[in-house]
Amino acid sequence: MIPAPFEYAAAESAGHALELLAEYGDDAKLLAGGHSLLPMMKLRLAVPSVLIDIGGVNELAYIRTDGDDLVIGATTRHADVAGSERVRSGAPLLAYSAAQVGDPQIRHRGTIGGSLAHADPAADLPMALTALGGSVELMSPSGTRTVPAGDFFTGYFETSLEPGELLSAVRVPRQPGADWGYQKFVRRANDWAIVGAAAVAGRVALANMGPTPIRARAVEQALADGAGPAEAAELAADGTEPGEDIHADRAFRQHLSRVLTRRALEHQRG
Amino acid sequence: MSILGTRVLRTEDPGFLTRGGVYTDDVEDERLAGACHVFFVRSPVAHAVIRSVDVSAAREAPGVIAVFTGADLTGLPALPPPVPGMINDLMNQPLLARDVVRFVGEPVAMVVTQDPYQGEDAAELVDADYDLLPPVVDMSAATAADPIFPDAHTNVAASFGDADQFDPALFDGCETIVTRTIENQRVAPAPMETRAAAAAWGEDKDAGGRLTAWIPNQGAQGTRAVVASMLGIDPASVRIITPDVGGAFGAKFGADPEHGLVCWVARQLGRPARWAETRAENMVAMTHGRAQRQTITIGGRRDGTVLAYRLEILQDSGAYPKFGAILPSLTILMTPGPYSFPRAEAAAVSVLTNTTPVGAYRGAGRPEATAAVERAIDLFAAEIGMDPADVRRKNLLPAFTEPHTTAFGAVYDSGDYTTALDKALAAAGYQDLRDEQAKRRANGDVVQLGIGLASYVEITGSGSEAGRPQENATVEVHPDGSATILTGTSPHGQGHSTVWAMLASEELGIPVDKITVKWGDTDLIPQGGGTGGSRSLQQGGAAVQQASQELLEEARQRAAGELEANPADLVFDIGSSAFTVAGDPDASVPLARLAETERLVVRSVFSAPGATFPFGAHVAVVEVDTETGKAVLRRMVTVDDAGTLVNPLLAEGQRHGGIAQGAAQAFLEEVVYDADGNPLTTTFADYPFLSATEVPSFELADMATPTTYNPLGAKGIGEAGTIGATPAVQNAVVDAVSHLGVRHIDMPTSPQRVWRALREAAAPPAAGTAAPAAGTSESRDAQ
Ligand SMILES: Cc1cc2nc3c(=O)[nH]c(=O)nc-3n(C[C@H](O)[C@H](O)[C@H](O)COP(=O)(O)OP(=O)(O)OC[C@H]3O[C@@H](n4cnc5c(N)ncnc54)[C@H](O)[C@@H]3O)c2cc1C
Repeated sequence: MIPAPFEYAAAESAGHALELLAEYGDDAKLLAGGHSLLPMMKLRLAVPSVLIDIGGVNELAYIRTDGDDLVIGATTRHADVAGSERVRSGAPLLAYSAAQVGDPQIRHRGTIGGSLAHADPAADLPMALTALGGSVELMSPSGTRTVPAGDFFTGYFETSLEPGELLSAVRVPRQPGADWGYQKFVRRANDWAIVGAAAVAGRVALANMGPTPIRARAVEQALADGAGPAEAAELAADGTEPGEDIHADRAFRQHLSRVLTRRALEHQRG
Repeated sequence: MSILGTRVLRTEDPGFLTRGGVYTDDVEDERLAGACHVFFVRSPVAHAVIRSVDVSAAREAPGVIAVFTGADLTGLPALPPPVPGMINDLMNQPLLARDVVRFVGEPVAMVVTQDPYQGEDAAELVDADYDLLPPVVDMSAATAADPIFPDAHTNVAASFGDADQFDPALFDGCETIVTRTIENQRVAPAPMETRAAAAAWGEDKDAGGRLTAWIPNQGAQGTRAVVASMLGIDPASVRIITPDVGGAFGAKFGADPEHGLVCWVARQLGRPARWAETRAENMVAMTHGRAQRQTITIGGRRDGTVLAYRLEILQDSGAYPKFGAILPSLTILMTPGPYSFPRAEAAAVSVLTNTTPVGAYRGAGRPEATAAVERAIDLFAAEIGMDPADVRRKNLLPAFTEPHTTAFGAVYDSGDYTTALDKALAAAGYQDLRDEQAKRRANGDVVQLGIGLASYVEITGSGSEAGRPQENATVEVHPDGSATILTGTSPHGQGHSTVWAMLASEELGIPVDKITVKWGDTDLIPQGGGTGGSRSLQQGGAAVQQASQELLEEARQRAAGELEANPADLVFDIGSSAFTVAGDPDASVPLARLAETERLVVRSVFSAPGATFPFGAHVAVVEVDTETGKAVLRRMVTVDDAGTLVNPLLAEGQRHGGIAQGAAQAFLEEVVYDADGNPLTTTFADYPFLSATEVPSFELADMATPTTYNPLGAKGIGEAGTIGATPAVQNAVVDAVSHLGVRHIDMPTSPQRVWRALREAAAPPAAGTAAPAAGTSESRDAQ
């Protein structure tokens, strides 16, 4: 539980972070809020030899409106996303999701970019981004590309971030007034979801039902075809192969996904 | 007005809340200057022959001073048997594994470095080569498995009674008999402060010098004995100092191999040594608790009268038998709990498995007895369709004031169990709760209400093997009007500084804030029983009171000389802490002045006639979401009668912590191993506690029946919460879904378990299959 030795470099800007990434290459890791990376280092599951700290890069901490989208800078803290009037009115599901992360201490350190880049399938924000049909902006010395959530999460803790790239911003379509529901099934307030379900405007995403956050497409299709929440939710587990752990085996996770999807479609929050 | 019985705020807290505690790892002392740091290399496998341990690369790592393996441990005595006479002595734990490792986390080598953070880096370079042996993971497999200690020819570490000798006629005449095997799962004590040690040897090299060791513990004198025996030295050459201790829960009694080894390293290298384990190590290498599989059988009449009860225990001792192996003796002692069963019997076998050794954990053996009998009562009540409160009332022992001896040899000092239950039910509004439950059941609500009861009696402050329970205290009044108390107890959160000062203040008239309480330094306090088994107030506190009274007598004699008066004519004025001559208020001498010419100090040993038996009743109210299986604690109403309360505020604190800890066992906590013996719950992400968010405000009802076993009238309160709350909560979760056919859910009552029980109750296996439906009771109706 003591990390291996590492070097530390504080980035002054996004550009500086990219320079440092180029300089140190594969041995380096970006450090944002540190609330996923540092535990991994303490358990020696991650052994970076250089940490490039972007936690203090202010130009990456913002919440803006850009046409029909909300754009949130990568190092914006969960607490700021949760508390932002702009987010609460434009994408209330996202604000709610950020408020479900861990506890206040964690929400004041952890960042939206860090959470998405970490790509834990049990996490809140990746599920929210998937449900909202959002995307991420990935910056490299050669420019910035925009990747939709569905293409960004590629596997268990894996994303389409290329070496030398930095997640600079998150983009979600503004849907003020859209009905939404959010279900995070936990045993304790500050735990990760055993299973999660988020529904907004006919889209449904599930957490911890596979190696990445997934869309419950059969449910979405049924809804599009006119099925009610209860009927559609019965399809939530179709085609899923959730993992098993001490909290839940596959059958229980699949059961939960159906119950939670129905509740989310009924616009329940919990 | 007496200070006793008042809610004096903890005098410990301002320090803890401002400067913080000084725990072993924080100790700054010149004797520890230049200390090296020990890091333990631990077995990553549950059971294996050690082929080789290559430390050459680790020796070259930055900061490494030395690396030691079992082969380097020379000059140490043969290990003492774990618990002489009770446990098979061939099952000793070597300080470092020699030929075989027997659990994940067992120390295999030590890396000693300059800097504390270098140890874990160097440890990664220790190359141990293991030949895997088949592990014994589940305790039920232990007796048939190959012996973990081949020389012992058995995996049975200890046994208590003999199930083969059970009375075949025990249940004769019963109209209903219910039997079931239930789990009292393995839990981790997980104190906030992990284990640690700091050791320095004196310059005086005669007889190897003298050892000073700072170790978080629950009784420095016991720790000194174990450390001395591990090192093969006279206990007189060991001084244990106890810094602040951040929780213990039974797991910091005595000393572990790591503590002895840190002292050994300091001696070997001629330089002070320190160690503080990480949380991940603590989760695998500090002893665990509970770990019993119990088969309970209860029988009686359909009118609710229980006629017979049987308890058969399988105790998982882990890889090396320690206190855990003898826990069942305490469970058996408390088999019938507060009930007047006409017939009861119990037996236990403690077995070895390739898992972390099991030790004492808050309640140590007694919560297991209560959990068993309280589940049995509920199973019986459900089977005959009677309200569990009525079944309890029908079978509780009637109130008694003269000691009552049970069939298991326990001598209950006093008790009124029915009143405790009635008070708890009244405080909970039991009938209203049942009405609300009936409404939800009738509506078929998704969220159902569960009401769980537990009546308990437990044993606190039992004697040592040497005889009657006793404890010593020294009280000294100083010329400046302050006082010092030396106690043989060892607080680690309980608040002895506050309460011992209250007890002395009451006698001596010295304000609480002028009284300093000291403990845990064996040079200052060579004798003492420490703090465990809820013994401290009733023995250590009683000793403080007794010593204060004796000091006052001594002072009276001196004052008589000073005032040239007859001692009998002196009155002690509490307000001014002075003796005055009756009828002559001007002739007076304060205690402080009497200490000027000669020290005013008394050491006294209080001895009790026996253990005391606090009792109570808990009512838990839970809501269970029948779709997801999630259970949430809504209310917790408890009566915990621990006799007279010296400081109700602190007693409530003990109850609060105990209730939360007990409820957490029922809901969440469980140490889990995979089939290969790998622990799966080594971080607080995987090993959950209840946090403040998950508990309601507890409703504590008052009841105080004084004991006559000490002048304070006090019984123990430290473990009551874990004893009553665990079965109350478990019973509540089962109760919430009992109308759906569920009879039992093992702890922790996780959503998955609740969901499975509901599913199985809804679709019992087809008739003709042999296996009973899990989640319903195996039962048979006798003719
Ligand atoms: C006790 C605890 C409870 C928690 N509970 C929850 C929970 O309930 N729900 C939940 O969703 N999460 C939870 N978390 C995780 C928390 O949300 C983390 O803050 C988050 O997952 C990671 O964000 P971070 O800013 O801390 O990232 P870091 O830990 O700093 O980094 C995480 C990873 O992302 C990379 N990275 C960070 N920023 C960028 C970037 N801009 N571009 C590219 N790569 C980047 C890092 O290199 C690293 O690999 C919990 C964490 C803790 C410690």
